[in-house]
Amino acid sequence: MTDTNQDQLMSDSVLSQREDPGVLSMMLNNRAIFWGGSLLLLFALIAIFGPLFTADPAALNPIKRLKPPSVEIWFGSDFLGRDIFARVIYGGRISLVVGIAVAVIAVIIGLFLGLVAGYVRALDAVIMRVMDGLMSIPAILLAIALISLSGATLSTVVIAIVIPEIPRVVRLVRAVVLTVREEPYVEAAIAAGTRLPLIMVRHILPNTIAPLIVQATYVCASAMLTESILGFLGAGIPPEIPSWGNIMSEGRTYFQISPWIIFFPGIALALTVLAVNIVGDGLRDTLDPRIARKM
Amino acid sequence: MYFYILKRILSTIPVMIIVALFVFLMLRLAPGDPAAVIAGDYATAEDVERIREQLGLNEPIPVQMYKWVAQLASGDLGTAIFSKLPVTTLIGQRLEPTLLLALSTITFTVLVAVPLGTLAAYKAGSWVDRFVMLFSVAGFSVPVFVLGYVLIYLLSMQLKILPVQGYKSPFEHGFIEFFRHIILPTLTLSVIYIALIARMTRASVQEVLQEDYVRTARAKGQSEFKILLRHALRNAAVPIVTVIGLGIALMIGGVVVTESVFNIPGLGRLVLDAVLARDYPVIQGLILFFSFVYILINLLIDLSYTLFDPRIRY
Amino acid sequence: MSEGKAKPVLEINGLTVRLPEGADREFAIEDVTLSVSEGEIVCIVGESGSGKSVTAFTVMGLIPKKDLTPVAGEVLLQGEDLLKKTDRQMRAMRGENMAMVFQEPMTALNPVMRVGDQIAELLEIHTNMSGTARKKRVIDAMKDVSLPDPNKMYLSYPHQLSGGQRQRIMIAMALALEPRLLIADEPTTALDVTTQAEVLELIKDIQRRHGMGVMFITHDFGVVADIADRVVVMQNGKIVEQGTRDEIIAAPKHPYTKMLIGSVPSLTPPAHSHPETDDAALKTHGLNMVYGRHGFLQKGRLVHAAQDVELVVRRGETLGVVGESGSGKSTVARCIVRLIDPTSGDIDIEGVNIATMPERELRAFRQQIQIVFQDPYRSLNPRRTVGQSIVEGPMNYGLGADEARVRAEELMRVVGLAPEALDRFPHQFSGGQRQRVCIARALAMEPKVLIADEAVSALDVSVQAQVLRLLRDVRERYDLAMLFITHDLRVAAQICDRIMVMQHGVVVEEGRTEEVYANPQHPYTQSLLAAAPGRDVDFAQLV
Repeated sequence: MTDTNQDQLMSDSVLSQREDPGVLSMMLNNRAIFWGGSLLLLFALIAIFGPLFTADPAALNPIKRLKPPSVEIWFGSDFLGRDIFARVIYGGRISLVVGIAVAVIAVIIGLFLGLVAGYVRALDAVIMRVMDGLMSIPAILLAIALISLSGATLSTVVIAIVIPEIPRVVRLVRAVVLTVREEPYVEAAIAAGTRLPLIMVRHILPNTIAPLIVQATYVCASAMLTESILGFLGAGIPPEIPSWGNIMSEGRTYFQISPWIIFFPGIALALTVLAVNIVGDGLRDTLDPRIARKM
Repeated sequence: MYFYILKRILSTIPVMIIVALFVFLMLRLAPGDPAAVIAGDYATAEDVERIREQLGLNEPIPVQMYKWVAQLASGDLGTAIFSKLPVTTLIGQRLEPTLLLALSTITFTVLVAVPLGTLAAYKAGSWVDRFVMLFSVAGFSVPVFVLGYVLIYLLSMQLKILPVQGYKSPFEHGFIEFFRHIILPTLTLSVIYIALIARMTRASVQEVLQEDYVRTARAKGQSEFKILLRHALRNAAVPIVTVIGLGIALMIGGVVVTESVFNIPGLGRLVLDAVLARDYPVIQGLILFFSFVYILINLLIDLSYTLFDPRIRY
Repeated sequence: MSEGKAKPVLEINGLTVRLPEGADREFAIEDVTLSVSEGEIVCIVGESGSGKSVTAFTVMGLIPKKDLTPVAGEVLLQGEDLLKKTDRQMRAMRGENMAMVFQEPMTALNPVMRVGDQIAELLEIHTNMSGTARKKRVIDAMKDVSLPDPNKMYLSYPHQLSGGQRQRIMIAMALALEPRLLIADEPTTALDVTTQAEVLELIKDIQRRHGMGVMFITHDFGVVADIADRVVVMQNGKIVEQGTRDEIIAAPKHPYTKMLIGSVPSLTPPAHSHPETDDAALKTHGLNMVYGRHGFLQKGRLVHAAQDVELVVRRGETLGVVGESGSGKSTVARCIVRLIDPTSGDIDIEGVNIATMPERELRAFRQQIQIVFQDPYRSLNPRRTVGQSIVEGPMNYGLGADEARVRAEELMRVVGLAPEALDRFPHQFSGGQRQRVCIARALAMEPKVLIADEAVSALDVSVQAQVLRLLRDVRERYDLAMLFITHDLRVAAQICDRIMVMQHGVVVEEGRTEEVYANPQHPYTQSLLAAAPGRDVDFAQLV
């Protein structure tokens, strides 16, 4: 047998033989992930522990109605004299819970359906046509209809937002499966007698993880926005819960005299979603630049 | 080519059927008693029964199904519970503002987003590119209504250069009045759409610029500007146009919110009014309407591919 | 180097181009000095990473400036230093004074633009011709490269043309303004062998008629032998040797050139001993694979990828299946491994027909047939160590982890890799090494039949020689029946005992390798052999 040194010397000398840097260190080196993640962590901590230190978000104070922001009441007060600051801090919990819950559920269901569609020819057409149908129903209208049929609670809102998010995940997973199953290494595994479930777990599933993590962040961001829109339209979580959407919904009537009722929760929401989106972009760039197109 | 067109037209039928089926099942499979939920907390037993009657929920499922199909096939999208008017009539009354808002938004969006995205792709890594990417991330992050209120606050309340709210039909009040009132809603609705399309344009053009035929064009001595125009954009057209179509779904959601912020009496407001009045048949009819419009627009866009890419003719 | 009477069109003196930081070496090319005179074809030959393409693209000014920076030397085109030109000046010269033909004619043409317009674009950039004058000139240029029916073809889109026609369009485009320098970057590598011969002939002919200088980049010494006046051999960014065609091919001086030339497989098959056994390990009977179906509304557009293929491979023997792209040779391989289900026919493994066997029963037989694919970069799961890839199969069939590991270590030695490398990931191996790992993975199953589907086609010629040797060794050592799929007649000549020639899904000729090569019966086989580049030179004998 010939020496392998020569083999190595001869071929692909421009192609790097370096070790891959660890994914984790690459992620931490990505400025977008670092700053977006830090911001998000900060918001999460505020949402979790903040309400312990603020005023009661539901406490009425008729004397201090519609007060502009000041040193005592940082974000001003609403038409019932409730402290906007306390309500905004509390509302963060709702947004984060909805965002995370929707992302997790949509990814789990979407992953399952996507794998089935990508690997079972017979079900592919059916699943994908249903997904096409679901995608053509505007998400907000679908959510509104579902909620108006089953009543507004936190869980119905989550379900109503999850359903329109599923098709995007299914499409992504299916696209990855269809690409990867044609790879020679998967064919080699088939030729080596590896059973289908093992091929899925060993050779196909790992390829879906990076794009799914990225997609999950986008779903999370989109879910937070949808939740706030539903609240704003009066079709979301019951109005007595101070979600950001609800606070802004109540502020509509007074917008011209007290714009802060809408601005502060609006800024909080925009910043949170921005942080999630920035993390998502960072993850996309780090984990797999090629999936950028499929988003 | 005709085969492709026919195939695409036929392929929309199952999707429409699935939408109709889904909407049908949504009402029947909803947990609890949808009639009671729709009737509201203060409804009497008779109210609930009357609503159940109106929704046709008393009959056996196959009969309901048959009626549903027959109704849709005749172009009937249902009847409002309170006004007793057909949903199609309600849509007809409210169509104009929404249609004009949508048209102005798409026009504005395409005019801004495509050049911006192309420029960003060409100058990848430059400040233009960074700005476009930053704008698109921000555009995806700001809720439509917050943006609407910020614009009202700045341009109408502080600078007082534009009207706060409302809609003026160009047919009754003339174009100038219409235009003054449509600017802010258009801007509001466009931002997320611009973010989406600029981003997609950037990605597609950037990908095309890596292609061998761009290198060939350079080898011919072609200028970078013409390479962008003649080679890159034309080849990137299909994904860009696709996203413009898919983005319509995003815009329909935005229309509901924008019309509510700016007090525009269009279809979006019709949705909101129906939600507040718990008029489920109207919501249902509007879902069907918007979905079918979306499917048709995307069908047209698919058919337009043949204009951009000769390879699709077979 | 012979200084001819002709004046040089291109002179490159001491050209050095720096690679970006973090690359394997500092310079893409270093101190490259060469010249191309009017009326001569200079071949730059080398393996991947030799810097031959960087040299060509630097001349054209088409290298990405951010990544590759010329740091020393000069590039003189008709006496003017291109490295000192502005972008605008370079644009004016590209297409007019120098032109380039690329490797992939499919991707090098804009898919949404008519080919005639793409040639006309060149005239639009550099001349003030009117539209009709341009069109006339384009038609003339298309006639010049012998394209049939130029008026009609002007309106075609690239996807409507064959690979050879597309490359002719590229050449017509390059020549439309009669540049003094034509750079051809592996212009025939992506083409089938018969098309390749035609295009090479065309380039030679055009060069003779127009008298320009041609810089021809290739990795194939066969092509060099056919077309070059002078040869420049590059390795790792440096020129190791240059001289006239005959000097280099008949009497190479540098050991690297000698090694390269010595690695080119001979077109003359060695004397094979033919074991006259009837021990058939693999047989197919009436094997058919038809793609497409009569769909709803659709007129049946059926593709017969393989028609009534009959083959027998005995133990210890290699059967070669050769043919051009679309001949169905890979389809046959994939059917036999049951990666695709044949439409009809029998596939007998040790007397059992597995052609229509359901997956559950098939599993017992999968072990017997293993396959090595073409692309070493996609054949191994990048997330798993090569050891995990090798033991996957045996462990599927019940081998314990420890025994499987022992087997994997032994096989690593067999394929010439260190057993310690089992815990490394694919990206830490070179292409040739990965292909060795793939062979080890196949052998780990202890198969009776080994299918090599273009297994050496993606490798550089020197690596190719080593992997071929390895395949021959393991076939003997394990008494394998080997089915060797290839488009390369040289490779087939060296490794196959018997040869089957396929065209459009049909086997047109079959026989002992030496007989088929010495006395081809079918016209297609004859044309294939006649088209093999460098057929008049027996490289292996030279060194």
